[in-house]
Amino acid sequence: MTFDEPLPLRSGRVLEQYELVYETYGTLNADKSNAILICHALSGHHHAAGYHSAEDTKPGWWNDCIGPGKAIDTDRYFVLSLNNLGGCHGSTGPTSINPATGKIWGPDFPVFAVRDWVKSQARLADALGISSWLAVVGGSLGGMQALRWSIDYPERVRACAIIASAPKLTAQNIGFNEVARQAIINDPDFHEGRYIEHNAYPKQGLSLARMLGHITYLSDESMRDKFGRDLRKGTLSFDYDVDFQVESYLRYQGEQFSANFDANTYLLMTKALDYFDPAADHDGDLARCLAQATARFLVISFSTDWRFAPARSEEIVNALIHSKKEVTYLEVDAPQGHDAFLFPIKPYVNALTAFLARNFDDVQRENRGAH
Amino acid sequence: MRIDLELIAETIPKGARVLDLGCGSGELLAHLRDHHGTVGLGVEIETDRILDCIKQGVPVVQKDLDTGLGNFLDHSFDIVVMSQSLQQMKAPHRTLAEMLRIGREAIVTIPNFGFWNARRYLTFLGRMPMSKLLPYGWYDTPNIHMCTLRDFEDLCREQNVRIKQRTVVDSQHRSRKLINLMPNFLGEVAIYHIENNA
Repeated sequence: MTFDEPLPLRSGRVLEQYELVYETYGTLNADKSNAILICHALSGHHHAAGYHSAEDTKPGWWNDCIGPGKAIDTDRYFVLSLNNLGGCHGSTGPTSINPATGKIWGPDFPVFAVRDWVKSQARLADALGISSWLAVVGGSLGGMQALRWSIDYPERVRACAIIASAPKLTAQNIGFNEVARQAIINDPDFHEGRYIEHNAYPKQGLSLARMLGHITYLSDESMRDKFGRDLRKGTLSFDYDVDFQVESYLRYQGEQFSANFDANTYLLMTKALDYFDPAADHDGDLARCLAQATARFLVISFSTDWRFAPARSEEIVNALIHSKKEVTYLEVDAPQGHDAFLFPIKPYVNALTAFLARNFDDVQRENRGAH
Repeated sequence: MRIDLELIAETIPKGARVLDLGCGSGELLAHLRDHHGTVGLGVEIETDRILDCIKQGVPVVQKDLDTGLGNFLDHSFDIVVMSQSLQQMKAPHRTLAEMLRIGREAIVTIPNFGFWNARRYLTFLGRMPMSKLLPYGWYDTPNIHMCTLRDFEDLCREQNVRIKQRTVVDSQHRSRKLINLMPNFLGEVAIYHIENNA
């Protein structure tokens, strides 16, 4: 969908016109009370569920939770998922043409803040005639968007599910992001972000960034279970080639990712993560910041997630309790680390299912009462 | 609803903000919401119970009561409730103090170890007491800090806690005139409504 109304950004810059790519699943009901917005994490995009074609090897990134009979039941709910601005899967981003110059945006594309994304999502909702969401749901960076929704558009969010997320990054987290960015920027094929014009891309840098990221998304336990210290060829090579299975796996993941993801988008997304801190507008007081929210909240963390540890989720929960909001919190025991939010882990999926169903039932009851 | 929860619900004023420690399936909080117009929050450790709460629309946070209360602000709730769990705490005296830090008032229900049948077990059978209310063996019981009514009231005195009201009942949570003649001998469960002495 194309938008011609300029979008003023947190950075002070303005995006004059833009395009958003989205997918929907399920059917919007007559009173438009069953719409759920799915916010994606760093490398996700609009394709959240199902297969596009029979040849697809992988379904959408959150296929475990979205679909008929699943937690986000498409027989019941109308589900919308989009590729955020600055992304590299169809929405306007660094690989698009800058209308002002007629050239590819590249590094000149504005850096986005989470609130900018939320604003653009609100405009998409307007265009689709959705005045309020039954729920806004997101994991990781998506959880930050869900939180931002509840603060910036309280009247438009009935329920808010924040999964494996945090109210802001720690210095350690920003550190990881910076190493990832440096790997990209220092790749000889980066060309100060104008790699497309040079018919190149920073394959090594992006691959390294992904390898680092990947390690932080898994847990020590899950890596041990998956690879242990298994050797690829059965013996040590005593050179710097791949010895261990885990090395081979990370290299493969890195290469796959670098071939399919835009480096400038990666830089932009990690910056948005670093900048996120809604409490900053309220002297660092998250409870005060959340005072304006009216949604019912579900917050879920995972025991082995060290990138966004349970304690980070509890910061959100405590602030919600302090500001007297309705909040339910669950720390799910799961070995998968940060990535756990993409797996069908029973207590987690059951909690999300029950939370959405309860809010849906309440809305239906209220609407019946109003008529 | 469980009768002890009904007894608790009766003491809670309309519109109060209630924190229910060890809230289980959220029965009390759902009842309070539907009939007393109260807004509450449960604290529970069991995931399955939390799912029940979500289904009932009762907000609940997963925390270990022994370690997880520190983040609640002073006097952030009107009433803090703990039903039949104080004896399962590692340090009941600290939990009690925490309850009256977080809430202006608290309601605690405790099983009475001074009940005649418990005394019978020890005196005549020479064994650790078991009953419908306390059905566990000595080695696997979650009830690690049993007390009598007299013990609990001593603790309240020590911690400068005022008992606003005490209701002593039998195992069916019925109050009988006879019980009040010798509550520490005839009562099986006591419901204490307490606050800090000014």
